Amino acid sequence: MEALSSLIHGFDVLLTWQNMALMLFGIVLGIFVGVLPGLGGPNGVAILLPLTFSMDPTSAIVLLSCIYWGALFGGAITAILFNIPGEAWSVATTFDGYPMAQKGQAAEALTAAFTASFVGSFLAVVLITFLAPLVAGFAIRFGPPEFFAVYLLTFCSFVGLGREDKHKIVISLVIGFLLTAVGMDTVSGQLRMTFGSVELLRGFDFLVAVIGLFGVGEILLTMEESFAFRGKKAVISPTVVFRTWATLPKYWLTLLRSSAIGCWLGITPGGAIAASFMGYNIAKRVAKDKESFGQGRIDGVLAPETAAHAAGTSALLPMLALGIPGSGTAAVLLGGLMVWGLQPGPLLFVEQKDFVWGLIASMYLGNIVGLIVVLATVPLFASVLRVPFPTIAPMILVSCAVGAFAVQNAVFDIWLMLAFGVVGYVFKKLGYPLAPLTLALVLGDKAEDAFRQAMIGARGSMTVFFSNGLVGTITIIALLVLFMPLIGQAVAWVRGTRAPKIEPEAPPVSAPASEA
Amino acid sequence: MSIQDEETEDRSVVSYRSVDLVVSVLLFLASIILGWTNWQIGAGWAPDGPEAGYFPFYLCVLLGIASLIGIVKGVISRSDASFVGRDQFKRVLQVAIPSLAFVAGIQWLGIYVSSFLLIAGFMRFLGKSSILASLVTPVIFVVFMFYVFEKQFTVLLPKGPIERALLY
Repeated sequence: MEALSSLIHGFDVLLTWQNMALMLFGIVLGIFVGVLPGLGGPNGVAILLPLTFSMDPTSAIVLLSCIYWGALFGGAITAILFNIPGEAWSVATTFDGYPMAQKGQAAEALTAAFTASFVGSFLAVVLITFLAPLVAGFAIRFGPPEFFAVYLLTFCSFVGLGREDKHKIVISLVIGFLLTAVGMDTVSGQLRMTFGSVELLRGFDFLVAVIGLFGVGEILLTMEESFAFRGKKAVISPTVVFRTWATLPKYWLTLLRSSAIGCWLGITPGGAIAASFMGYNIAKRVAKDKESFGQGRIDGVLAPETAAHAAGTSALLPMLALGIPGSGTAAVLLGGLMVWGLQPGPLLFVEQKDFVWGLIASMYLGNIVGLIVVLATVPLFASVLRVPFPTIAPMILVSCAVGAFAVQNAVFDIWLMLAFGVVGYVFKKLGYPLAPLTLALVLGDKAEDAFRQAMIGARGSMTVFFSNGLVGTITIIALLVLFMPLIGQAVAWVRGTRAPKIEPEAPPVSAPASEA
Repeated sequence: MSIQDEETEDRSVVSYRSVDLVVSVLLFLASIILGWTNWQIGAGWAPDGPEAGYFPFYLCVLLGIASLIGIVKGVISRSDASFVGRDQFKRVLQVAIPSLAFVAGIQWLGIYVSSFLLIAGFMRFLGKSSILASLVTPVIFVVFMFYVFEKQFTVLLPKGPIERALLY
C-alpha cells in the first residue's frame, strides 16, 4: 500500500524530540484553549500563527494542529463538570454529561467523552490516510473551472446545509469575500474599495479578523453572563477508566454511526457543531427509551463527542487534498500554509510529502497523546475555571492584541481587531454564522482568481462550468446542495398529501452560534 | 458560550428586532456604496477577461438582495425578544471601554505597560482581588510575555517611554 509506506515515512519525519515536545506543548495549550470560555479553536490557532512564521512548516503545523486536537478534547471538560460548553461543539455533551456528573459519575462521563473523541478522530484520520491521496491524485487534473466549481460547492454547502437563516449565511459569506477584495487587485493592480485610505491598501488580514471575531467577540459574549463557576469535582482513577472502557464495546454501533455522521459533516463543511447535535439527536431517535436521554446516559455523551471529533478531524481532508478547509479552524490552518510558503491543494501531496505525511502521522500520535494527557490532567484544567473570569479575560484580550499586532507589526491591526470584535459580538447575537465569513476570507482571492482564469480561458462564457463531465457534475451538485432545503420542502409537500409528515428533530436553539 | 437557563428580570436595552433591522439596513447601504465604487472601477468585460470590479460588484448585488430579505423579515417580525438586557449591557461595556483604553494606551505607553494596567484594573475593580494580587499577577504576566515574545520568538512588540528608559 502506497499510503501505508507514506505514513511510515511521515512518522519518520515526525519522530524528532523537538516535534514531540511541540506536540505535547500544543496539546496542553489546546486543552487550555478549549477549557477557557472566550478562547476557542480558531482564534487560539490564529493568535499563535504569527509566532510560527519563522518555524519549519512541518513543526509549525504539528504545533498548531495539536492545539486544535487539544481544544477538541478540552471543550468536554467544562461541559461535563460545569455545564458550560468550553466550545460550541460541546454543547450537546452537556445534555447528558452534566446530569452524569450530578449523579456522581463525572469521572465515567469524562472518560467516555475523551474515549469517544479518540475513536471519532481516529476513524477520521484513517479515512484521511487512505482517501486524501486518492482525492488529491484525482484533483491534480483540475483546471481553473473545476477549482471554481469546487469552491462553489463549498460555499453552496454552507448555505444549503447551514442551520441559520439562509440570508444571514449568504451575507456572512459575501462579507468575507468583500473583505478579501479590499486593497490592490492581484490581476489588474487596480485599487478596490480603499476609499483613499493608506492603511486599507494592504487589505484585511484574515488572522486579524479571526482573532477579533472569535476572540474579542467571545469575551464580550462571555462577560454578559455573570459568571459564577460552580463545578463538580472529578479525579479520574485508572480503575474508573478501565471500568468505563469495559462498558464501551456494547455501544459500538453508536460510536460507528456518530463517526460516520462526523466524517460526512466534516468533509462537507457542516462542521463539528452540526455533527455533535446530529450525532446526539440520531442516537436519541433510535434509542428504545428516549425519555432517559438528558438524565445522564453514557451514550448521550458518546454520540455527540464522537461525531464532533470525527468532523473536526475530517475537516482537514478537503483542506489537504483540495486546499478547501471544512471548518473555521481548518481555514485558519490553511491560511498558515500560505504564510509558510506552501501552496495548498492537490500538488501538496507531490511536492511536500514530508509536510503532508508528517501532519497525518501527527494526527495519529497527537490523538493518542491527547487522550493520555487529558485523562491525567482533568483536575488541573478544571481548577483553571476556578480562577475568576475578571483575571482571565484581560489576559485573553492582551494575547489577542499581541496576536493581531504580530501579523504585520501594525498597531492599526489591533484597532481593526477591536472593530471585528464588536462585529463578531453583534453577529453572534443576531445569529449570523461566522465560519462562512472566515472561509470566504481565506479562500476569497483564490476563488476569484479561479473564476477569472476560467472566464479568460472561456472568453467570458459561463458555459465553461458545464463544459465537461467533471466540472459539470460538480457544478450541478453545488446547485443541488444550494437548493436542497427547497427541494426537501417540495418533496415533503408532495409526500404530505399521502403520508403523514415526519418532521426532522430540530436541534436545540440554545447552541451558541460560534464555529468549529 | 452562553447558558440561557438563568434568565432573570433584566430590563431590555434594545430589542432583537431593532438591532436586526438596523444591521440589515446598514448592510444594504454598504452594498450600495461598495457596489457603486466597484461599478466606477469597471464591473464589465475587458478584452482580457472580467474587469477588477466585476467580482466584487456582483457580490454587492448579492449582499443587497440578502440584506433586503433581512429588512423585510425584520419589518414583518412580531417578535419582542430582547437583544441585550440592561445588566448584561453594563457588563459588556465594562469590558469594551477598558479594551478601547487599552488599545489607545498601546500607542502611548507601549503594550507592556498598557497590559499591566488593563489586567491590574480588571482584577482590582471587577474581580475585587486584593491589591497585592492585582499588582503581582499582571507583573508576572507581563514579564512572561516579554520573555516569550521578545526573547524566544523575537517578535518586537510596541514599546513606550518606560521601556526606552530601560534601554529597550
